Amino acid sequence: MTETPAIEAEGLVKNYGKTKALAGFDLTVPPGTVYGLLGPNGAGKTTAVRVLATLLRPNGGRAQVLGHDVVAQAADVRRLIGLTGQYAALDEYLTGRANLIMIGQLSRLTAAQARKRADELLARFSLTEAAGRAVKTYSGGMRRRLDLAASLIGHPAVLFLDEPTTGLDPSARAMMWDIVRALAADGTTLLLTTQYLEEADQLARRVAVMDGGTVIAEGTPDELKTSVGGEHLEIVLPAGADVEAAITALKPHAAGTIKPSEDGRRLSVPVEAADGLTTSVVRALDAAAVEVNEVTIRRSSLDDVFLSLTGHLAETETEAEGSAAE
Amino acid sequence: MSVATATLGGYGRGRAAEFVSDVWVLTKRSIARIRREPETLAEVTIQPILFVLMFAYVFGGAIGLPGGGSYHEYLIGGMLGMGLAQTAPGTAVAVVSDMSTGLIDRFRSLPMSRAAVLTARTIADLLTQVIGAVVVAGVGLAIGWRVHTNAADVIAGFALALLFGYAFTWAGVCLGMVLRSPEAAQQSGFIIFLPLTFISSAFVPTQGMPGWLQPVAEWNPMSSLAAACRHLFGNPNPAAAVHAWPTQQPELAVICWSIGMLLVFAPLAVHLYRRKALG
Repeated sequence: MTETPAIEAEGLVKNYGKTKALAGFDLTVPPGTVYGLLGPNGAGKTTAVRVLATLLRPNGGRAQVLGHDVVAQAADVRRLIGLTGQYAALDEYLTGRANLIMIGQLSRLTAAQARKRADELLARFSLTEAAGRAVKTYSGGMRRRLDLAASLIGHPAVLFLDEPTTGLDPSARAMMWDIVRALAADGTTLLLTTQYLEEADQLARRVAVMDGGTVIAEGTPDELKTSVGGEHLEIVLPAGADVEAAITALKPHAAGTIKPSEDGRRLSVPVEAADGLTTSVVRALDAAAVEVNEVTIRRSSLDDVFLSLTGHLAETETEAEGSAAE
Repeated sequence: MSVATATLGGYGRGRAAEFVSDVWVLTKRSIARIRREPETLAEVTIQPILFVLMFAYVFGGAIGLPGGGSYHEYLIGGMLGMGLAQTAPGTAVAVVSDMSTGLIDRFRSLPMSRAAVLTARTIADLLTQVIGAVVVAGVGLAIGWRVHTNAADVIAGFALALLFGYAFTWAGVCLGMVLRSPEAAQQSGFIIFLPLTFISSAFVPTQGMPGWLQPVAEWNPMSSLAAACRHLFGNPNPAAAVHAWPTQQPELAVICWSIGMLLVFAPLAVHLYRRKALG
């Protein structure tokens, strides 16, 4: 049973001068799924979305949305997609309702259909009260919701969400997540780019990790976590411990690169789950005369996937957001 | 794909009808903006009034017209051109602002006509220019400007001014496409449009200018527009005494300039938009 993929990209290339924003980008998104495109700033996520949403013409490769070529059949693609970019794509001087009606009419709804659909979406996104106010008076979270409402107005079968929660406070983010889940439940295909590993883990059924303009890993979040070693040993050493000796002692037990923390007191060791592992690790450290304060086992997170694939950490949430979330 | 066919089946209107509908929706957007922020109309309302009053009562007394006649009557033909040309920097500012927000990306991801975005912009600005023309005529009547010809000539005069103004708007669109910031677009008003209006017969007859500057001013489209309006309104028109093609055939010159600008700037604006759009 082969179903037309909602999104299919093969070898997409996009150059900006000498910079390769996309260097052979491949992607297959089955219909009706939430698909996460994960990567650090500059990995090419936004460029990939802009090519798929017909806003950019690729320099090479091809891509289809529901079987329509994004270059040759761009007009057909535009009738099937919705796009919510990183910046709220709204007219600041119009009211929320007027924005939706305008975009509805430009999406080929009649004026009456657009008004009806606008009111539906305003109610759905808790914006009815603010509907009569100019968008420039809206908060960040309200803008994002209105922006998302705008991209839904033409009932798109495929929705592109480019970093939909960047810069939102935790409650606004939680609201966006609920909306994404509800859309997915309705059968909309969503391609979601994010720098937040947690977001991809929470929302996406499958994830592609991007770096340097290509997909460097693809699979379900669980598959990806397993691929970098199912588990991690977190070892905390006392101050002044011999970190090099500890790493040497741990190497035979590690399933990948051992990453010391910046102060050298915390080691993260990818391991294959095995009976008696903790015992043998502690013995090995003891034999090397390394004292240990703490040993804990944890399941790999997408952070580990990211670190092991790209060699650097994902741009995680800012300090302020992180502490506000706690 | 049932979803795909359902959505694709939803449109049946012709491309031309879609274009007209898109232009209308986007023009309404610009009008709504003016209604919310009427101060954006200052450049076609307050500014022309100030200019008319300043030229009529401050500079006017010092400006002699070759062949005589009322400077107040002379002034309005020139002021009309300036009032309309003044909207071009505003057009550029609006285009730069639109291009720098995500809204244009949104438009480009919609199944809408791409030419509609720019066309709607110029139509909204044409409506602004109509307001400007009414204001100039109103303040002109207040300071003693009168027409001495028939209704057809007067209508032709205003129509020429608006045709020229509309063509000029496309130059403003192009400017907005190549400039990077609204501030730069605003600056362009002083750098381009002020010399264009002042090195012309809009406010002073060219006869008083240095010999080397006279041909520049005579061939300036603003001079042709001013002369055409003065001729059609029956106002003093010293340019008629100058032996140059654009001063002898000002109406034809305005039409040529307008068509020329439309032929150059409208396709250029669309080209720049497409190029900018597709990265």
